[in-house]
Amino acid sequence: MANSKKKFLSGGLGQLTIPVVAIVLLVIFNLIRDPSFFGVGILHNNDGNIVLSGNLITIINGASELAILAMGMTLVTAACGGQDISVGAAAAIAGSVFVKILKSSPQIGGGKVLLAFICACIVAMIFGSFNGTLVAIFKIQPMIATLILYTCGRSIAYWINGGATPTVNSPIITAIGSFIPGIPVPTPVLIVIAMAIVFKLLFKFTSLELFTQSVGINGSAARLNGINSTFIKLLTFIILGVCVAVAGSIGVSRLGLINHETLLLDVEMDTILAVAIGGNNLGGGKFKIGGSIIGAYVIQTLTITLYAMKVSSTDVKAYKAIVIILLVVIGSPVVKQKFGKFMSKFLENRSGKVMKGAA
Amino acid sequence: MKRFKALAMAGVLALSLVLTACGSNTGSGSTGNSGSSGNAGTAASSSGELIKVGVVNNPPSESGYREANVNDMEAVFSEANGYELKTFYSLKNDEQLQAAQGFITEGVDYLLISAAETTGWDEVLTKAQEAGIKVFLFDRMIDVDESLYEAAVVSDMAKEGDTAVQWLLDQKLDVYNVVHIQGAMGSDAQIGRTGALDAQFQSGAMNLVVQQTATWDEAEAKKIVESVINSNEDFNVIYAENDGMAKGAVAALDEAGITHGVNGKVIVMGFDCNSWALRELLAGNWNYDGQCSPFQAQIISDIIQGKRTIDSKIIINEEKGFDAATITQADIDTYGLGE
Repeated sequence: MANSKKKFLSGGLGQLTIPVVAIVLLVIFNLIRDPSFFGVGILHNNDGNIVLSGNLITIINGASELAILAMGMTLVTAACGGQDISVGAAAAIAGSVFVKILKSSPQIGGGKVLLAFICACIVAMIFGSFNGTLVAIFKIQPMIATLILYTCGRSIAYWINGGATPTVNSPIITAIGSFIPGIPVPTPVLIVIAMAIVFKLLFKFTSLELFTQSVGINGSAARLNGINSTFIKLLTFIILGVCVAVAGSIGVSRLGLINHETLLLDVEMDTILAVAIGGNNLGGGKFKIGGSIIGAYVIQTLTITLYAMKVSSTDVKAYKAIVIILLVVIGSPVVKQKFGKFMSKFLENRSGKVMKGAA
Repeated sequence: MKRFKALAMAGVLALSLVLTACGSNTGSGSTGNSGSSGNAGTAASSSGELIKVGVVNNPPSESGYREANVNDMEAVFSEANGYELKTFYSLKNDEQLQAAQGFITEGVDYLLISAAETTGWDEVLTKAQEAGIKVFLFDRMIDVDESLYEAAVVSDMAKEGDTAVQWLLDQKLDVYNVVHIQGAMGSDAQIGRTGALDAQFQSGAMNLVVQQTATWDEAEAKKIVESVINSNEDFNVIYAENDGMAKGAVAALDEAGITHGVNGKVIVMGFDCNSWALRELLAGNWNYDGQCSPFQAQIISDIIQGKRTIDSKIIINEEKGFDAATITQADIDTYGLGE
């Protein structure tokens, strides 16, 4: 008993301790505040479909883009030891391309949506490889390299569609952004699950995970062992590009509208935080994508909780910052080490006392 | 040291981006020629026939509103209408000041200004006056003495709010439970459109269910409405301060199976009159859309050509509110922004 407790306190879940504890705390807090908070209802939406509703669904659905971006960001973080801060701007570009293709002719069919998505993917991958080239080949710090696209990305998105906020109306787009008729789970959630499975399979059947980690831990050692670290770094940025295209397309499909200035605004900060809350080392190296996904849900739960408490949305960011600082500090190696030492001392003393008492 | 320099540069870049993003982003606009920034116009012709007009404006990329505004200026002050147009677009006040200075030196007849900031214009406008150049302000006011300009053609955001709230009161609902989604706090549009509604909350004529800012962000507006729906609070009016946010709110209603629009449970109100929003009105999905007119050029042109006399230096641009019950396709074609 004491052993398992000790193991848990010193990080029994390993890397996942912090995100899991955080999400459990948030759930408990909400259940005390309002026992019906996580109630899931079943109702007919205005298209006549039977759908699930409630805060739980809102949270899981709303975090979709964030979760997808966090998956890609985890890889970039692990390989490069830095973060891509241009994901929001790149998503605006990808979303604009998506809309541009959809609007190229009045009819919107399944094939055209697929074509639009593929084009969005290609464009996002090109911008990803631009970032990747700066980081991997020119050895610029990731945050500085991606600052370029962060700064100009939304202007590029503006060039694609002009200043208008074009709208696309199509049952297919509605199905992608909200519900497929007959399936009560929001489609973005299904897309997150699909992406997670793709990553799982990718790690299972390729050495991407191992290579990424070794490049992140020690690039030169990895190179000496025959891993092309430049290529791996570039590859992680291209994979992130795919994630960006998926997230951007979901964002557009939700409302059937693109506003290049506000699509996934400030998402880069939340994405990096999701990776950090997920217990991943922001300096690169070992990583767990599952942690980042839970991190994304932690952030979204926090946001929705604050909205439910009617905290003004201008203040939400400040409250979020406080909670996140706490989480990141608690999760930092320094605190962990101190806490571990303290606990082992504490347990030692107690067992010592018990032994004395027995004698 | 090099790295520090790079960081500093990056900081400046990021800051300028933030400033760019602060421009009143009022949603959608029109397509068309948008690439003509810098000094356009027919500088070569020195024909005395044409009236020389210098326009200092914000760039069309700022928002859909601005794009429609810029296109309108270029259409009205065309050579065909007897004007020689010089334009300068920037979001930065100091660049705008320099450009205005340049226009004065070049010797334009009229100077039209929509300033990035309300301060710092005294000196330039005084110089313009000394040079005998008549100044018009459009869209935005400047903090200077009235004697320094001929007229200011502006939108009255408070009036937009009043018109909308009056329309809402005219609906004679038994009870008003309002979800109020605000624009970026502190922007002219937000202050004006919020003011009228706040007065109703204070007088008790309407009940405030929730008042949140979505900073013009559609997705954020959807989240806010979702959270209201999930907490099972009763509401029958959504007052969104622009069209995009109204669309986000409606998406949340649709997913929750709550009817809206004409004959629906919830009244939906938006602002800006994007064409697509007016089409929602025509289809009966929304109830009301308030206009924020970007069309000031014709009024100024009429004053220049003596077709219109000015009683007061501040001319409030006539703005409409559209009701789903009375809107027609012709209204959409005339007043809708964008495609």
